[in-house]
Amino acid sequence: MTAENSTLSERILGAPAGEYVDKKVDRAFAHDGTGIQALIALKGFKNQKIKDPGMISIIYDHIAPANNTTAANLQHELRDFSCSEGFSFYDVGCGICHQVMSEGLCLPGEIVVGADSHSCTMGALGAFATGVGATDMAGIWATGETWFKVPETIEINLSGELGGFSDPKDAALLYVKKLGMDGGTYKALEFTGEGAENMPVEGRLTLSNMAVETGAKAGLFYSDKKTQEYLSGFGKEAGRQAKQDCTYESSVEIDLSGIEPLLAVPDRVDNAVPVTKYSGTNLDEVFVGTCTNGRYEDLRRFAGIVKGKKVSVRTIVVPASRNVLLKALSGGLIEDIVKAGCTVCPPGCGPCLGAHMGVLGEGEVGLSTANRNFRNRMGVGAEYFLCSPSTAAASALKGEITSPEDIS
Amino acid sequence: MKLSGHAVVIGEDVDTDMIIAGRYLRTKDRSVWAEHAFEDYDKTIAGKLKGSVIIAGKNVGCGSSREQAAAALKEAGVVAIVSPSFARIFFRNCVNLGLYVFETEVRNCKDGDFVTLDTGVPCAEVNGVFYGAKPLSKRMNDILNAGGLAEYLGEKQK
Repeated sequence: MTAENSTLSERILGAPAGEYVDKKVDRAFAHDGTGIQALIALKGFKNQKIKDPGMISIIYDHIAPANNTTAANLQHELRDFSCSEGFSFYDVGCGICHQVMSEGLCLPGEIVVGADSHSCTMGALGAFATGVGATDMAGIWATGETWFKVPETIEINLSGELGGFSDPKDAALLYVKKLGMDGGTYKALEFTGEGAENMPVEGRLTLSNMAVETGAKAGLFYSDKKTQEYLSGFGKEAGRQAKQDCTYESSVEIDLSGIEPLLAVPDRVDNAVPVTKYSGTNLDEVFVGTCTNGRYEDLRRFAGIVKGKKVSVRTIVVPASRNVLLKALSGGLIEDIVKAGCTVCPPGCGPCLGAHMGVLGEGEVGLSTANRNFRNRMGVGAEYFLCSPSTAAASALKGEITSPEDIS
Repeated sequence: MKLSGHAVVIGEDVDTDMIIAGRYLRTKDRSVWAEHAFEDYDKTIAGKLKGSVIIAGKNVGCGSSREQAAAALKEAGVVAIVSPSFARIFFRNCVNLGLYVFETEVRNCKDGDFVTLDTGVPCAEVNGVFYGAKPLSKRMNDILNAGGLAEYLGEKQK
């Protein structure tokens, strides 16, 4: 078992770093894209019986609603299967799987496995949350468990507090830059320090979300009073996790108060530079949404800047979930956003994976609040920069890359 | 077990979008993935994959969890992938699908060079030079030796 001085990952997985463990999974989820592949994989198993349907969620987000007959047929098949097996099924419009899971479906200390790389998002709630492929997910459906190598942990020690027009996304881009695209491979990240404690849960979700962009398998915050308050908003009670003295493989120090608005320059997520370096770059599209930045707080920051003004480039806004959409509607944000000339699409992943609703054309330049700017991902022959909701708002107003600090 | 094939050399940080683009994911037909493998990285690679050993730069398979990336390569007839470091989900997906992985850096290898691999040691040999690979865990070896996770779970349940 774990020693007294253990990282959060070691405590949740119940063994020291480097050991292999078989663990029962508390929550398992997949979406329309990976869920159907898991179902196909399951059909190749001798035992196709589902061990524990109650722990499994299917959440439609990637091409939701379906954009053609092929996608619709695959969704139809998985929908039928999920409902007949008694899975928790979240159809088109409920939201992005990671956001839906973070809205009271997973709790601190749980082992959460999703068939999507950004499943590390729920680490923000103090869960050990990680992504797997479809065959692994089918194995979890059949056995209720899987194996893990307990990861070494890199500490991301946050001090200070974000100020001005700097958003949690800027902090995320900065730590990804510092670690590099493979700096966290096979590791867990643990976000600690006063800056982590000060950060609201919505911002923590943004930081945990991008852990996989360093190659990490998880990115965790400790469950604290803020976590408890956040989960109580979804009717859930959560415990606190006290940080123990432990040995990290390495530590990265980040002073949040010194962070300026940043961009990730094509085609690398770890290629972050100040927004001002690319000021004036002409844009064809601005996209605000995804599991990184489609939450209420993100829409609030965006709407706060565009309210009462007009965007001068096509701007697509996708709330991360129905809950976010409803809150943004009742708070008046959606009206502000639509009146500013933006197009609001139904909750889901939107154009992030280059499948529908906002795919860029050849030679076009986009600005996105997503987590990846891989070549051709959001449109063949296009390029796109990653940024925060505040930078997206300032840039949408001017039609060119603009620091939010330059909009008065 | 001995494996061999001709080298197909790719660079560093080749992500899963480059291995199989998002626009080709929605199908049950694996031949579509094989046909479009590496399309956004280098259109000429797909035709060279049958019987090949991919010699990759570091961090191969970073990005998405899409298992279609590993499935595309397996379907196209790739024998094994050799890289100094693999993104972890891609690594696990390869093992789950029975596609051999060797974690080592191979230098001075060009397209078409003959590569010999030994899963037991494990190591790779290219142009007379041997490169020792990081051993896999017992579990991963068991899954690979069974032919993939489906077969491994089938055996366990006998």
